[in-house]
Amino acid sequence: MAAIPVAKYMTEGEVGLSLALLVGAFVCALASTYAVDAPFSFHMGLFALAGVAGIAAILKRYEARAYEPPPQEIDGKPNYNLGPVKFAVVAAMIWGIAGFTVGCIIAFQLWAPSLNFGLEYTTFGRLRPLHTSAVIFAFGGNVLIGTSLYVVQRTCRARLAGDLAPWFVVLGYNLFIVVAGTGYLLGVTQSKEYAEPEWYADLWLTIVWVAYLLVFLATLWKRKEPHIFVANWFYLAFIVTIAMLHIVNNLAMPVTFLGSKSYPMFAGVQDALIQWWYGHNAVGFFLTAGFLAIMYYFVPKRAERPIYSYRLSIIHFWALIFMYIWAGPHHLHYTALPDWAQTLGMTFSIMLWMPSWGGMINGLMTLSGAWDKLRTDPVLRFMVVSLAFYGMATFEGPMMAIKAVNSLSHYTDWTIGHVHSGALGWVAYISFGALYCLVPWLWNRREVYSLRLVEWHFWISTLGIVLYISSMWVAGIMQGLMWRAYNALGFLEYSFVETVEAMQPYYLVRALGGVLFLTGGLIMAYNLAMTIAGRTAADDAPLPANEGRPGTPVLAAAE
Amino acid sequence: MTYESAAAFAQTSGLLYFVGMFAAVALYAFWPRNRARFDAAAHLPLIED
Repeated sequence: MAAIPVAKYMTEGEVGLSLALLVGAFVCALASTYAVDAPFSFHMGLFALAGVAGIAAILKRYEARAYEPPPQEIDGKPNYNLGPVKFAVVAAMIWGIAGFTVGCIIAFQLWAPSLNFGLEYTTFGRLRPLHTSAVIFAFGGNVLIGTSLYVVQRTCRARLAGDLAPWFVVLGYNLFIVVAGTGYLLGVTQSKEYAEPEWYADLWLTIVWVAYLLVFLATLWKRKEPHIFVANWFYLAFIVTIAMLHIVNNLAMPVTFLGSKSYPMFAGVQDALIQWWYGHNAVGFFLTAGFLAIMYYFVPKRAERPIYSYRLSIIHFWALIFMYIWAGPHHLHYTALPDWAQTLGMTFSIMLWMPSWGGMINGLMTLSGAWDKLRTDPVLRFMVVSLAFYGMATFEGPMMAIKAVNSLSHYTDWTIGHVHSGALGWVAYISFGALYCLVPWLWNRREVYSLRLVEWHFWISTLGIVLYISSMWVAGIMQGLMWRAYNALGFLEYSFVETVEAMQPYYLVRALGGVLFLTGGLIMAYNLAMTIAGRTAADDAPLPANEGRPGTPVLAAAE
Repeated sequence: MTYESAAAFAQTSGLLYFVGMFAAVALYAFWPRNRARFDAAAHLPLIED
């Protein structure tokens, strides 16, 4: 009996997904042919091609793979699935550079509007969502998907659930990014901030996101480690809440199923409230909860210290997710939104200060006993500075949500400064720290190619952030004060265009800050590419990883 | 239902909901029997395999 040769079969998943892609590609090809507008035709063609490429990839993978599925464990150790993680990490690097570059272009456009070259494709209105989506969803999203698929495996001590599903998630998500980004350039938008993609892209993202949720949950389900680590709670909150926000905010009716245009289900102030319930929780659950998960895994790992207080992390988690969801109305102060709803949003925003700082303190104090590493390890420094910026932005945010402050700050560039102190200082820096850790781990290198280049990246981009946020603070507060200035006769002191003119020097400083940040990003991309290529720098600084340093205990008690 | 009664209901139930939620989380976090489990969990990222 044992001598019977085993035949190689396609799995049900391989057959099923191939058929689904085939049907999808056929439908998309039809839609592309009969489309009523050119961008829709282009996007449906893109989906059809992606479907065919997907089938080809499944067949090619089938040819190459072993008869049996990959083992769950090798020699009693989990056989981690790192391919999709690697893809997401490389995609994050590439999208990050693209997003920072577009940000610099539009920053210079604000300084000199003729830099839009008079083309519809390169106007500020189209490039701005390209920038925000590229940095938040393409760069940040790939960092979150990559790190989450890594951390959930490591902390569950189990191989990622699913065979094709993790690949479907990372490739499908990046296909969504391409469709969204090219759509903006072609003028396809539903004009909801941070939710600009039209109905068909939204539907595709929903499918991908549900697959992501299932992969994550199924991996948790088959975990060997009995306790679900706090980072996984934050990742799960991020995945579940983004699914809910995405679906509700994008409820819309297409004008035709063969065209890109749709109309949202809600109208007027209801639409505004849904939009900012979505928008603020995109900040809370995409840009905060997900990156806090990164903090709770990567900071202890890099500092080689346990989490300062695991109890605090539990309170941090529940307080943060229960409060964030109510803070959205602070984006609609002094609008048609009922006054009580504005006050509610303001109150919850102020209360959010506490869990935010609890989390920051927990992250920072994880370094207790290891503070000296900041002197020698620029990767850890990225993470600690990110926590400092997190603390600063989560103090500034509640303050700006107070109605009296908001009457000065809203619609000014102070908001832009605030967002970037959070986005550049917190989100990007914790991501950089995680990428500098993750790339050597994934490609089995001892350390990144050059820690000196990490030092250069750190200081150049920190200088960039300082230029960016200080210029926007000055510009924004000046702008707000000019808008509300009255003369002795009760007339407005300044015309609107005078306030615009006054901003110009600050816009230049901001753009230069952006260029510095981009320069740092390019240094990182080079450094990580060389790490992946397996090179080592000849004259690099000694490794900081606790080697031979006397008197440093390897582990300390939790409290 | 008047505005006043709706507001009173929302405010009271909201207060009870949030205080109750926070109390439950704090009890769970500080329950003495959970201490060892949480102390071990704080070290989870450091375990290598």
